[in-house]
Amino acid sequence: MLDSFLLRAALAGIGLALATGLLGSFVIWRRMAYFGDATSHAAILGVALALSLDLPTEIGTLIVALAMAATVSTLASKGWAMDTTLGVLAHSALAFGLVAISFVPGVRTDLSSYLFGDILAVTKVDLAFIWGGAAVVMALLIWRWQALLTTTLNEDLAHASGLNPDRERLVLTLSLALVVAVALKLVGALLIAAMLIIPAAAARGLARNPESMAALACGIGAISSLAGLQLSLWQDTPAGPSIVTAAAVIFALVAVFGRLRAR
Amino acid sequence: MMLLSARNLSVRLGGVDVLQDIDIAIQANEIVTILGPNGSGKSTLLRALLGIIPLSSGRVTRAPNVRIGYVPQRLAMDRSMPMTVRRFLSLPKRVSDADAAKALEKVGMSGSAQQQMTDLSGGQFQRVLLARALLCNPQILMLDEPTQGLDQPGEAAFYRLIDEVRLDSGAAVLMVSHDLHVVMAASDRVICLNRHICCEGTPRVVSNAPEYRALFGLGTQGALALYQHMHDHNHDHHHDHAHDHSDKHDHASKETHHAG
Repeated sequence: MLDSFLLRAALAGIGLALATGLLGSFVIWRRMAYFGDATSHAAILGVALALSLDLPTEIGTLIVALAMAATVSTLASKGWAMDTTLGVLAHSALAFGLVAISFVPGVRTDLSSYLFGDILAVTKVDLAFIWGGAAVVMALLIWRWQALLTTTLNEDLAHASGLNPDRERLVLTLSLALVVAVALKLVGALLIAAMLIIPAAAARGLARNPESMAALACGIGAISSLAGLQLSLWQDTPAGPSIVTAAAVIFALVAVFGRLRAR
Repeated sequence: MMLLSARNLSVRLGGVDVLQDIDIAIQANEIVTILGPNGSGKSTLLRALLGIIPLSSGRVTRAPNVRIGYVPQRLAMDRSMPMTVRRFLSLPKRVSDADAAKALEKVGMSGSAQQQMTDLSGGQFQRVLLARALLCNPQILMLDEPTQGLDQPGEAAFYRLIDEVRLDSGAAVLMVSHDLHVVMAASDRVICLNRHICCEGTPRVVSNAPEYRALFGLGTQGALALYQHMHDHNHDHHHDHAHDHSDKHDHASKETHHAG
């Protein structure tokens, strides 16, 4: 049943959309967009590490993404100016990664698949990894949902209710690293952040509650994946960017529809 | 009953002694106000008592499993998160619709359950924060400048509401303020804070203390007059109201003030 590359691609896209829909909502609520950028750009460095050490790329990506997410999270809690710090980290992680990868022989040709993903080349093993990772992220976020929401609203309020904001931040950091490792093969390092932000931003215009926003973000992400694949098949466009294009079109439609309804 | 106390509580933030050697104890059913100028460490004291910031020395003792309802000074709700009033009340502990409706009714916000939090006015927002704090059925309510951004009638109404809550539930109230007159009328006990406790006691005792006058300067004359006016007014016309029951508590007799 999973022998069709198109079916595998569709399932991979849906799995990714479920994880990015939930996590992406938090990225928007906590204004972590640049945080997502820094972590996903660091994935390229992870690829270089994996290739030079002969490890699976998922492992290399996961380790470096985790290190980057932890670094950013620590700096943020120490009161660094995050706008600048993240700008520096995000772009230097990408640059270092690209330089490092150029030292690994024979990858130059594959580089674009790490930058933009190659969802049509997803294997059964990849699919298992994607759904496994997405399941872990969803389980983590749903388990900590109430605490995460309270902490996101106000850390003092969370403290007074006996919650530990640091622990909840760690949950998000872990989830982000996992999502980056999962998404790299599908949409590539440059567009992972787009999958986190655009579906959730589109859902914001339609939702009245955090839960409905997160659920809509998952749905919009899944529809974008399928529509992007369709576009890719039909016009022979690159699949990852096509998915993000579809998400952006949905975002624009929701924004326009919202404006018209408000009149 | 002693609900919460601190001994020799000190806090250092960024190498500066923000609070030094604070002794404080909150009994059931009393309204205690921490009064002090800007930068005197009022909010820091509340946050230290809640365990939000670490102490540099001293200790905080809570009654076992004491339930604390906290209303923060400001809650900047971001428009990026959609949130109805009803949903907000269920954070972090989910509450039943009946309980939520009851809490909203208590604070005069019935019928607002489906409104977005970001659409509320300042006063409505504070009331919803209070409703949420009440839903944990608190033994202590901690309010950090709860009337900031309210006009004077709104402020007076809010303090009346606090007093009603105390009478209904028997909860102790510990609040922070920098405005003098209305607070003075609403409190059983006032603690004047300026990094250390300058003086404390009933509103009448504190407002006559030289430390208090030194802290708040000349403007206190007017506030004092207003306080006494309201105080007398209450005694003339509502004999069974707020001020009488405070006599039942032993703290009312401890009208001490001491230089820090």
